[in-house]
Amino acid sequence: MDFCKRHFSVALGAVLGLMLIAFIGVKANLQLLFGVVAPYLAVLIFVEGMIYRLIKWARSPVPFRIPTTAAQGRSLPWIERSLGDKLDNPENTKWTIGRMALEILAFRSLFRNTRTELRKDPVDGKKVQLVHWSYKWLWLGAIAFHYAFLVVILRHLRFFTEPAPGFLHLLDSLDGFLQFYIPVVFVSGVVLLAAALFLLARRLVKAELRYISLAADYFPLLLIIGIAVTGILMRYFFKTDIVAVKQLALGLATLKPVVPEGISALFYMHFFLVCVLFAYFPFSKLAHAPGVFLSPSRNQPGDNRWKLYVNPWNYPVKFHTYMEIEDQYREAMYEAGLPVEILPESAKTGGEG
Amino acid sequence: MKKDVKNEFGVFGERPQVPKKLYNAKYIFGGLLIFLALVILPILPNLGKAVPPPKPQVDTPAIQKLAGQDKQCVEDTAWMRANHMLLLNDWREEVVRTGKREYTGKGGKKYNPSLSNTCMECHSNKSQFCDQCHNYVAVVPNCWGCHLEKEKKVAKAEAK
Repeated sequence: MDFCKRHFSVALGAVLGLMLIAFIGVKANLQLLFGVVAPYLAVLIFVEGMIYRLIKWARSPVPFRIPTTAAQGRSLPWIERSLGDKLDNPENTKWTIGRMALEILAFRSLFRNTRTELRKDPVDGKKVQLVHWSYKWLWLGAIAFHYAFLVVILRHLRFFTEPAPGFLHLLDSLDGFLQFYIPVVFVSGVVLLAAALFLLARRLVKAELRYISLAADYFPLLLIIGIAVTGILMRYFFKTDIVAVKQLALGLATLKPVVPEGISALFYMHFFLVCVLFAYFPFSKLAHAPGVFLSPSRNQPGDNRWKLYVNPWNYPVKFHTYMEIEDQYREAMYEAGLPVEILPESAKTGGEG
Repeated sequence: MKKDVKNEFGVFGERPQVPKKLYNAKYIFGGLLIFLALVILPILPNLGKAVPPPKPQVDTPAIQKLAGQDKQCVEDTAWMRANHMLLLNDWREEVVRTGKREYTGKGGKKYNPSLSNTCMECHSNKSQFCDQCHNYVAVVPNCWGCHLEKEKKVAKAEAK
């Protein structure tokens, strides 16, 4: 089995295995385990893991500014800077916040993604030329995926709050504006699944991406695809008692857990995958969610041209200065006719004599 | 004084000591607090309280009048609980688009496919029967954009 197949099948097997575990567990009447114990354990692991990760990050000193040279920095007064320059190479905290906002809300650095390819020369078909082109599909897939996921998570607030917050109805009507099917199809769910499938297909189709994709890359994608598929199946095709589901979710949120009857195995499969996602989150690439706030090349103003940053643990290098070298070799240098700062004793006496 | 470190370039000074502390703790843990607040805020009002689930009422006068055998819905209760919206949608399409005004329910019994006249005939208590669960799971069905809420009108008329 080659590299890609091995990594992909491990991830796929893990997700299917998790679904099977939940299915068998529910058939064996372990609703309490999968409905109450698993989510609390997952949240506990999530919080502990996240704090562990944050402390690890906080312990890494970042003594220098890392200016990204993607834009014109503040320089001589007559060098003009556009709004983009100010945002991409911020000079103070205000503009840095702007850059972070662009990064977090609009995925700016993904948008700037360029792809380098060898393409057939349009003039001479036998030749190839190196082309750098702005590749936006990754950005589009990523931003569609993240925003759809955000809307899906916000929609799920209906299960954890009573009464549901008012903005939910507005969100529902926006999300279901197609007014198609019963219950109304939510665009976010479809976009979430489509975008996740695109991001997975990207890794599988492109040879160079297949080469760098590990099980740790496939697993979160497959996990989220599993969550989306079970969720969509449950909403549109194999319905379960939604009131009982809310009772369970609300019981968890209010710390008064109950395990109502009449919830299908499909729900527990969905729920267990979500629990695994939470528990897996802090220890995986998914931790980029809080991590993006700590990107040193994004969250610092590029002001090191006019501010001195001294490394707090500067290595105490023993310098061998020029004067020390001259002290050592002065006579020889003078004899060879090299210029010296201080004349040797012999030259002084020689001059007097 | 620590021992000097020797490498291939000669003798260097002390091995660098990176201060072991939390850098930018103000921002990092501030951000963590904001995140925790955002998560906890929605669930705070009900924390530690057992929120009672809705109990749809089926003891309307029309249902009480029904004899034992007839005291059942057009389909199984469990099925209706999950799929009533599909049934109503099918009814609407059949009546409006094909004009078929007959539905054969469980046990071969025939019904007039109508929300106002068949469903609400027995379940005349919209606020007790429909709204409780719909509000609980925060869904707003668009039935009442066209259909009349008989219950409300009766209640208002009686109040006068």
